[in-house]
Amino acid sequence: MAMQEGSIVVKVCMGTGGIAAGGAAVVSAFREEFESAGVRASVEKNCSVHNVGCRGFCARDVLVDVIVGGEKTTYEYIKSDMVPRIVEEHILQGRPIEEWVVKEDYHTFHEKQVKVVLSDCGEVDPEDIESYVSRGGYSALEKVLATMTPEETIGLIKDSGLRGRGGAGFPAGLKWEFARKAAGEPKYLICNADEGDPGAFMDRSIIEGNPHSVIEGMVIGAYAIGARKGYVYIRAEYPLAVERLKIALDQARRRRVLGDDIGGRGFDFDIRIKLGAGAFVCGEETALIASIEGNRGMPRAKPPFPAQKGLWGKPTVINNVETLANVPYIVRNGAGWFAQFGTEKSKGTKVFALTGKVKNSGLIEVPLGISLREIIYDIGGGIEGGRRLKAVQTGGPSGGCITNEMIDIAVDYESLAKAGSIVGSGGMVVMDETDCMVNIAKYFLEFTQAESCGKCVPCRIGTKRLLEILQRITDGRGRPGDVELLEKLSNDVRSASLCGLGQTAPNPVLSTLRYFRNEYEAHIHEKRCPAGVCKNLLTYSILEEFCKGCTMCARVCPAGAIVGEKKKPHKIIEEICVKCGACFEICKFKAVKKG
Amino acid sequence: MQETLEKILQTYHESEGNVISLLQEIEESFGYLPEDAINWFSEQLDIPPSRFYGIATFYAQFHLKPRGENIITACCGTACHVKGAEKLINSLMRELQIPSGEDTSEDRKFTVEKVNCVGACSIAPVVIINKEVHGKMTADRLMKEIRKIK
Repeated sequence: MAMQEGSIVVKVCMGTGGIAAGGAAVVSAFREEFESAGVRASVEKNCSVHNVGCRGFCARDVLVDVIVGGEKTTYEYIKSDMVPRIVEEHILQGRPIEEWVVKEDYHTFHEKQVKVVLSDCGEVDPEDIESYVSRGGYSALEKVLATMTPEETIGLIKDSGLRGRGGAGFPAGLKWEFARKAAGEPKYLICNADEGDPGAFMDRSIIEGNPHSVIEGMVIGAYAIGARKGYVYIRAEYPLAVERLKIALDQARRRRVLGDDIGGRGFDFDIRIKLGAGAFVCGEETALIASIEGNRGMPRAKPPFPAQKGLWGKPTVINNVETLANVPYIVRNGAGWFAQFGTEKSKGTKVFALTGKVKNSGLIEVPLGISLREIIYDIGGGIEGGRRLKAVQTGGPSGGCITNEMIDIAVDYESLAKAGSIVGSGGMVVMDETDCMVNIAKYFLEFTQAESCGKCVPCRIGTKRLLEILQRITDGRGRPGDVELLEKLSNDVRSASLCGLGQTAPNPVLSTLRYFRNEYEAHIHEKRCPAGVCKNLLTYSILEEFCKGCTMCARVCPAGAIVGEKKKPHKIIEEICVKCGACFEICKFKAVKKG
Repeated sequence: MQETLEKILQTYHESEGNVISLLQEIEESFGYLPEDAINWFSEQLDIPPSRFYGIATFYAQFHLKPRGENIITACCGTACHVKGAEKLINSLMRELQIPSGEDTSEDRKFTVEKVNCVGACSIAPVVIINKEVHGKMTADRLMKEIRKIK
């Protein structure tokens, strides 16, 4: 896909977001147009259409780049029926279609970002190894094999300050060193792509957008620790990522950057894909190993750490997708280059999945240490519908929330930990005043309770009891003393659980209690949900003075709970109402009251 | 059935498989894990059926009961949750008349399942209808899509 002068290149976003918005139809529409005799005759040049991976701004899909003679124009919200006009006016007549071009906010979305891991995502064709190679791909591997010893490679990663991007933030070079020095053969390298946090899709997008960067990072890592065999443990819920990874592995083997005698330098390493079967706890290292061995994915006590005794009892390194995808770029550009981004203790950049009630949701990559305000307002464009920011949940079910008042906090490992949250794998869910924090805590507990593997008592029973208390509070059956009980139980579960899942499961409860205690109290003492979310604490009624009797509400009510004559005020029969909120949403006159 | 089972057994031997990959093959072929299939493999491989069940019930991917012709997967990730996934699920259950506590309609035409996160958070809420991802879903559009295949 090298750029030639005068060539015409079309790049269509074909990540999961792009495909859901109709990306495949857009690609084939371009192909058809280019095939049609008229266009071919007048263009007479090299015209090509490429699928590219996620470019982050999925809310605007389908995003299409049209590059004519090196001049790039990006279009947003493209559907297949818009393609003929683009070909006709832009490509044939040389007049880009202004009204479809991305607006100012597309550029502000990208301005404050620093792309390392994502630098080639959305640029390279993920199903074509040559496209990665043409942008410097696999040159890092070549450099390592030709000029560096394994120890030097480990030293370089240590110097860069790269820390694990999966959650805990353990220094990656140190992990490699432990495994290198550990006795026992063979050694294994596992790429953890079991991205289980709800609200996170960094790893999916990296594999879908640039699978070769992960493979190259793995081969370099394997060389450094002395592994011959590697696994990618990936979720079955990511079919597109699995498919692209398979294609990439085949291409890498054919190009001899994977397999026996890599690059003719006598180093052997091959990678197999293991499909996860759907268990959140398998993101934990020892549980993941048990799962690859074909067992129930239950964690065990550490030490011994996997670097000493891992898969089949042999030294094993487990790195997250994003960690590995950083490696080729660090090798290519040097440790100092990487370390210039970020803070003293949190080096480099981090990919976040910015979602929820933010205007520009999508995948972003920022230098660690950037303020949360910059992320939400400059990159994210602020809160949807002009509402007020309430909190940002980071780190998923193991994390906590950052409140509106703390919006200037620096986003790095240390600062977030101090605020009672974590960087985690990079989920960032923005919530506004219409979100109930007790409900959010309950949501996460439902998740961790269901995903608790059941091996240790504090986690198995503790999360269950926590959930029951939260359930009764949101049902309006909260009792005085529940808040204190939640606090005490949370601390017990945190300190007594076996693995990271249980140790962090109470975090969403503790964090919301710390910052939104008054909401808990309103639920318990006043039987009121201030955000208007908890169903059992809500009643719907019709304000007579606003109701025009249009009958819309009566028609959408699934329970038949709304009665009234045409053109006269309607009424909701509370006993029949199922509180689904359909009437509230459909009413054009704001005559339905929730509260 | 026998033929399919033999074939799965062969791949199992050839690809140094394990119990999980074996169960994944069965699930892929039948859409769920039929009891007969488990018993047959148990005998062939001399692994007690309890081990199969232990693993099958541990992972969310496996189903012990046959599922509907159409599979509707509602994402319950955090982003989908704050954007109203629960409402979508409630309206699905009502529309398809799936009894509470069950996930499949009585005529076995529809199965509604929840998943933790499909990783398409920026187009939340997401519903997958027969493997096709639909983003920014509303109850209205969802009902229209469902009625198309009903």
